[in-house]
Amino acid sequence: MGLVYALIAAGLSLIFGLMEVVNFAHGEFLMLAMYVAFFAWSLARLDPLASLPLAALALAALGWATYHGVIRRVLGGPMLAQIFATFGLGIFLRSGAQFLWGVDFRTVKEPLLAGRLSVGGVFVGLPQLAASALALGAFVGLYLFLSRSETGLALQATAQDRQAAALMGIDTDRMFALGWAIGSACVGVAGGLLAMFFYIFPEVGGPFALLAYVAVALGGFGNVPATLLAGVLVGLTEVFAGLVIAPAMKYAVVFLLYLAVVLWRPQGLFGRF
Amino acid sequence: MAGLILEARGLDVLLGDYQVLWDARLAVAEGEMVALLGPNGAGKSTLLNTVSGLLRPRAGAISFRGEPIAGLPAHRIVARGLAHVLERRRLFPYLTVEQNLRLGAYPAAARAGREAQLARVKALFPVLEARGSQLARTLSGGEQQMVALARGLMAQPRLLMIDEPFLGLAPRVVAELAEAIRRINGEGVTIVFIEQNVELALSLATRGYVLESGRVALDGRSADLLRSPEVRRIFLGG
Ligand SMILES: Nc1ncnc2c1ncn2[C@@H]1O[C@H](COP(=O)(O)OP(=O)(O)OP(=O)(O)O)[C@@H](O)[C@H]1O
Ligand SMILES: [Mg+2]
Repeated sequence: MGLVYALIAAGLSLIFGLMEVVNFAHGEFLMLAMYVAFFAWSLARLDPLASLPLAALALAALGWATYHGVIRRVLGGPMLAQIFATFGLGIFLRSGAQFLWGVDFRTVKEPLLAGRLSVGGVFVGLPQLAASALALGAFVGLYLFLSRSETGLALQATAQDRQAAALMGIDTDRMFALGWAIGSACVGVAGGLLAMFFYIFPEVGGPFALLAYVAVALGGFGNVPATLLAGVLVGLTEVFAGLVIAPAMKYAVVFLLYLAVVLWRPQGLFGRF
Repeated sequence: MAGLILEARGLDVLLGDYQVLWDARLAVAEGEMVALLGPNGAGKSTLLNTVSGLLRPRAGAISFRGEPIAGLPAHRIVARGLAHVLERRRLFPYLTVEQNLRLGAYPAAARAGREAQLARVKALFPVLEARGSQLARTLSGGEQQMVALARGLMAQPRLLMIDEPFLGLAPRVVAELAEAIRRINGEGVTIVFIEQNVELALSLATRGYVLESGRVALDGRSADLLRSPEVRRIFLGG
C-alpha cells in the first residue's frame, strides 16, 4: 500500500515542486479515477487493470483542464485564492459525484486478480501485490522521465527557476499544464489500481489524500524521488501501528510521525533533491 | 535603419504600480559590444528584462533583426537568436553543469547544433569539462558565471545580453571573463552587458549607455564617455 500512497504523493509533490500550488482536490481526483475504473468495468466489462491507461488519460485531461480553467486564473493572485480554488474544486467534484452516482459503496466484482498469496507465512492479497508492483513501475517511469528526457529536464528547470527557464526557450506555461497533467495521471494510475480491491464512493479520496500530504511533507515538498521512500514509510507505519497497537490507532500514529518530522525537520526528511 | 540588430525606443516599463523606465532607448549595431551603465536601481536590469520578453513594456517598440518583438513571450524571443544571461547567474541549482548547458540549446533551431556548440563552449571555458557532472550549486561564483555565459551561448545567439557578469568576482576571474567576452564578440556575436564600474565597462565596450533614474542620461563612444563630466557627475556624485 505504501507504494500506492507514494504514487499519489508523487503527483501532489510534482505539482507543488513545479509551481508551489497545493492541489487540495487531489483526493477527489483519486476518487474520480476510481469511478473511471468502476464504470469501465460496469459498462464495458473492462477489468481495472485493463482500463488503467484510460484512467491515467482521463485524469491527465482533468489535470490539464484544471490548470487552464482554474489555476492559471489565480496564479498571480493571493495565496488564499489559490487554496480556495483547488479546495472549492474538490468540494464541487465530491458533491457532483454524490449527485450523479449516489453515496453507495461500489466495488468491482470478480476482478481479474483475486485471492491471496502466502509470502513467508504472511498473507498478501494478490491485487494488493499487483497494485504495489505497478505503482512502483509507474514511479520508476516517472523518475526516468523527469531525470532523463528533454521534457523532464525542462520541467525540472521550470520548477527551479521559472524566468531562467523561459530564457532557455522553454514555454513555462506549457510546462505548468504538463505538470498538472502528469501529476494527475499519477493519481489516475493509483485510483485504477485501488479500484481492484477498495470500495468506491464519493468520499473515498479523503484519507488517501491526507496520507499523501503526510508523505509529501515527509519527503520534502517538491522532492519527487524522496516521496517514494516517504510513501513507503507511511505505508509501513500504518501497517505496523495497525498490527502492534490497534487498527483504530493507525492513522493517529501516522500523523504523530508527521508531527514529529515537521517539528524536527520542517524541510522534510530528505530536503531538496 | 540598416546595420542595427536591436533597436528599442520609447520604453515605459512598470513593476507593479511603480514606473521604473521612462522613455528608455537602446540601439545596437551588428557585431558591436555595448555597455549599459548606471547607479544601483537605475533600471538597467529592467531594460534588458524588457528586451528579452520577461517584462512587457507599457509603451514603446522593440525590434530585433528588423522584426518587432515587444510583447512576445520570452521563449519565442530566445528562439530568434537573442540570449539573455540574468543577473546573479541564475543557474538551475539542482541540475548538473552539463544539464544546464544542454538546456541552453532547448530551442529547436539550436538543438540541431547542440553537440558542436557544446564542444565550442567547453573550449572557451576548459573548466566546464571537469565540472560537467557536478550540481551547478556546488560551483564557485566564477565557475557559475562561466556556466551562465556558456549556457547563454548554447542557444547560438546573434545577440547576447549579459547582466553584471563581473559581480562579486576576484580580479583574476574578472580578467579571465572579460577576455572570454572579447573572444565571443570577436567570433561575431553582438554583445550588450551591464557593469557598474565605468573604467572596466568602457575599456571593454566600444560604446556605452548611461541610465539614471530610469532614463537614458547619455550615450556615446567609450572614449567620449570616459572624458564626459556628466558621467563623472552621475557616478561620483560630484
Ligand atoms: N519587483 C519589484 N517591484 C517593485 N520595484 C522593483 C522591483 N524590482 C526592482 N524594483 C525597483 O526598480 C528599480 C530598477 O531596478 P533594476 O533592477 O532595473 O535596477 P538596476 O539598474 O539593474 O540596479 P542594480 O545595479 O542594483 O542591479 C529600482 O528602483 C528597484 O528598487
Ligand atoms: Mg540590475
